[in-house]
Amino acid sequence: MENSVEIGLPIPANIKAKPLKKGLKAVSTKAWGGYFSLTLLGFAIAILANLLVRQIADVEIKTYTLAGIPVTFNTLYQLVLGAIIVIYAISGIYSYSDPYRRAKFASRAPFRFVMGLALTAWDILGTKLLLLPQPFFPGPAKILESFLMEGDFIWENTLYSLRLFAAGFSLGVIFGIGTGIIIGWFPKVYYWVYPILKITGVIPAVAWMPFALTLFPTPFSAAVFLIVICAWFSIAALTAQGIQSTPKSLFEIARTLGAKTPFLVFRIAVPQAMPQIFTGIANANGFAFTTLVMAEMMGQPGGLGYYINLSKVWSAYYKVFASILVMAVLFSLIMKGIGLIQARVLRWQKGWVKE
Amino acid sequence: MNKELSVISDIILSIENVNHTYYDDTDNHVEALQDINLEVRRGEFLSIIGSSGCGKTTLLRLIAGLEKPETGKLILNGEQIFGPDPQRGYVFQQGGLFQWLTVEKNIAVGLKARHVYKENKERIAHYIDLIGLKGFEKSYPHQISGGMAQRVAIARALINNPRVLLLDEPMGALDSFTRADIQDKLLEMRKENDTTMILVTHDVDEAIYLSDRIVIMTPRPGRISEIMEVKLPHPRSRGGSEFLAIRKDILEKLHLASALPQPEYTI
Ligand SMILES: Nc1ncnc2c1ncn2[C@@H]1O[C@H](COP(=O)(O)OP(=O)(O)O)[C@@H](O)[C@H]1O
Ligand SMILES: [Mg+2]
Repeated sequence: MENSVEIGLPIPANIKAKPLKKGLKAVSTKAWGGYFSLTLLGFAIAILANLLVRQIADVEIKTYTLAGIPVTFNTLYQLVLGAIIVIYAISGIYSYSDPYRRAKFASRAPFRFVMGLALTAWDILGTKLLLLPQPFFPGPAKILESFLMEGDFIWENTLYSLRLFAAGFSLGVIFGIGTGIIIGWFPKVYYWVYPILKITGVIPAVAWMPFALTLFPTPFSAAVFLIVICAWFSIAALTAQGIQSTPKSLFEIARTLGAKTPFLVFRIAVPQAMPQIFTGIANANGFAFTTLVMAEMMGQPGGLGYYINLSKVWSAYYKVFASILVMAVLFSLIMKGIGLIQARVLRWQKGWVKE
Repeated sequence: MNKELSVISDIILSIENVNHTYYDDTDNHVEALQDINLEVRRGEFLSIIGSSGCGKTTLLRLIAGLEKPETGKLILNGEQIFGPDPQRGYVFQQGGLFQWLTVEKNIAVGLKARHVYKENKERIAHYIDLIGLKGFEKSYPHQISGGMAQRVAIARALINNPRVLLLDEPMGALDSFTRADIQDKLLEMRKENDTTMILVTHDVDEAIYLSDRIVIMTPRPGRISEIMEVKLPHPRSRGGSEFLAIRKDILEKLHLASALPQPEYTI
């Protein structure tokens, strides 16, 4: 950096310490121990309660064999709680050396502790004492029994949902961004298409269901179509807006550097619009989950929504809850995945730097 | 000797009888430039000074090809200017870096836009060196200072080897240390590539320190009122007596220019 007389020279990004987010209090390594114990304690109590509290109500506890070992739903419940403890313990230990991660871990400790206590209470009220109205509110262990009874079937339906989502959502993203670029770039197209996009965009995609079922040869392709259009509207609208909002000066600069139209579209307007495109994708994601489940409940030969319908018919509400649990995990993972892609693509925005 | 030929070789850019008026939605219009005639010599450092609103940016935009003159023409190396071209680099008033690209990728935009990235990518490191930003290659624009950003904008324009570099108050918002630094960098870059530089500034000292000639403009309508030669050897001392004499002269002319009778309807 010879010859430079900058005042207040900023530190290169890669050695800049990550600042604590607003509202996140710094936690010393000493205090960390307390938060660590608190995090694990709630779930430990839940395991102990399940082990030690006597089964008072009359509940049938079947024994299944899992990999040759006899297990009941209580065993599975304890295993799941044990797994949660192990995962949080690992994440806690991993957070120990980094002030930012430590603060984040500590800030979540009270919530996780209370979650453990809530599970304990639910277990006692729902299974041990059977005080909750049955069969609508089974205990947590009973819900897990679904996986022992028909884990394969749940897995099959999960895969069906996942396939449906992957096909519909990825096509929706591709079409959405593609048409969004065209709508945003050509003022004439914008003038004619954008209002239609806005009006049709508020219609829930499942409203097209009867139409989709007659138009497409299989229920699967009909559901894909519904997810595609629900994702498409939101993504196309926001992509178009993002392209339109590109400052004119950026195009001028690029043109003086030798850029022609394709470069202006794909290397200037599109990256500039990326934050908005991702807002569209995040919105579309939520719509797509809803559409997916509704489509499945309205006539698919598989999927988590189908599984809910099937279980409801037999009043097996613990299976309904099991399906909801799988959805929660699955959809959270998908959101997390999209969040990671977004953080990667938009790293220029937040000063997020790959390590 | 053929007069035409010698003109073509000495004069890189000629601006002939240019007028430019901006019209807006209502019936108002602004005569931004009136009767502009200017010949820019090959390899010279030309500064344009004048109060704000006198059409300096408009003139640069016309040269850059971002704006078409209402009447008259602009000719670069014997060819009329019809649109933007990497031959004429342009550094905007507010650098305008691409926020989603790192420093080195910002500098590489011109190479990529012209599809000559592969054969030229080694040169990026050279320009990063030249602007003193080693170690910041992978930083994003929001992570560097304003002065650094302006130097990146200059390097980004220069990597295309433009025949003419247009600079629109590139140092307007910077502190005096950073300014002095960038000024020296500009002279260094001009020496290296023999680039003709046209700088818009409102800083008289900066104009004298850098320029071979200084164009003084006056507003409403924007006209050229005076062109001054600065015949001092480089490096110039900002406190030297000749420097100060030129400074006094320019300031007087600027005052005189602004004291010209104004049209009656202005306040
Ligand atoms: N796009 C535009 N539309 C209308 N008027 C403009 C536009 N750009 C500049 N002007 C007007 O033209 C005159 C000259 O502007 P400009 O070239 O930016 O001056 P300078 O750069 O010397 O400050 C000013 O009065 C300004 O308000
Ligand atoms: Mg200006």
